[in-house]
Amino acid sequence: MNETTFAGTQAMPTVGTAGDPFVVDGVTLGSRLIMGTGGAPSLDGLGAALLASGTELTTVAMRRYSPAETGSLFQLLVDHHIRVLPNTAGCFTAKEAVLTAELAREALETDWVKLEVIADEHTLLPDAVELVDATEQLVARGFKVFAYTNDDPVLALRLENLGATAVMPLGAPIGTGLGILNPHNIELIVSRASVPVVLDAGIGTASDAALAMELGCDAVLLATAVTRAQNPSLMGEAFKHAVIAGRLAKKAGRIPRREHALASSAMEGRAEFL
Amino acid sequence: MNIRLNGTEQSVADGASVSTLVSQLTGRSIGPDGRAADGQKLGVAVARNAEVVPRSQWHATALADGDDVELVTAVQGG
Repeated sequence: MNETTFAGTQAMPTVGTAGDPFVVDGVTLGSRLIMGTGGAPSLDGLGAALLASGTELTTVAMRRYSPAETGSLFQLLVDHHIRVLPNTAGCFTAKEAVLTAELAREALETDWVKLEVIADEHTLLPDAVELVDATEQLVARGFKVFAYTNDDPVLALRLENLGATAVMPLGAPIGTGLGILNPHNIELIVSRASVPVVLDAGIGTASDAALAMELGCDAVLLATAVTRAQNPSLMGEAFKHAVIAGRLAKKAGRIPRREHALASSAMEGRAEFL
Repeated sequence: MNIRLNGTEQSVADGASVSTLVSQLTGRSIGPDGRAADGQKLGVAVARNAEVVPRSQWHATALADGDDVELVTAVQGG
């Protein structure tokens, strides 16, 4: 009965893996999802969520060593072969951020750093002046700076010109789950950037991550949306697919938006009922 | 002598090195190169008086009375 053959079903592109890897600082990552580890109630749950998300790069914070809770997170990441991106969370000044980055480089033996210099604890928004200062200092000290920034196209370009390895504009303030508040600005940042753009912060659910990719971002960084979801592993898996779907849609080229309807079925040859 | 370790007063043996302190706290044996003798990564870093002490210098760096020492590691964070 059905003689239709579906050409192309066997030629699925392997986006997110071999066909379209995320390359940053010369390193090839198989996933365009960068996971944060903050907010998980247990290490076991976190490990399961990280695996379900398929991430190959995760952020960690640097805090005082406590003998009671010896480096289990570090060991977890080593065991799962997940690359570490230390952050400078909790730093309010360039000086604090530079020292924290130096400590992270020593402890974790990576020159990658997610530079986060926040203005205050209420908004957790980046302090642009300190961010620029810290970027300059860290680049001079040989760090690969992943700059967490406001969704400001001018600032993003300035950070790139200072030598940032990647710019990471926020979708919304950290932990809010409000999604991408200014998609136009994100698009503008992407259109002018020649370093990878990573949408960082504010993601609430899978469709937000898909949108980030559709806007042209190279990757998405999130933590809370997974770690504080009711089922973190399931949400991790949802994000894995969302990032791939958004990337595919971006590459496929969406249809233009139209004011009026456009029939997809031809009017020609239709039966007439008199 | 007394130092401040991660914000808390602590007494250490006179002339103890950074390496000795890290070894005591982590319970790991540390070689002269600042790496764990068991070959596994230590995952910690030390700042002394707000300056990072590279692991290669731990062995040669003697602590002094009143030093402010921060020993940090990776924890969960976005």
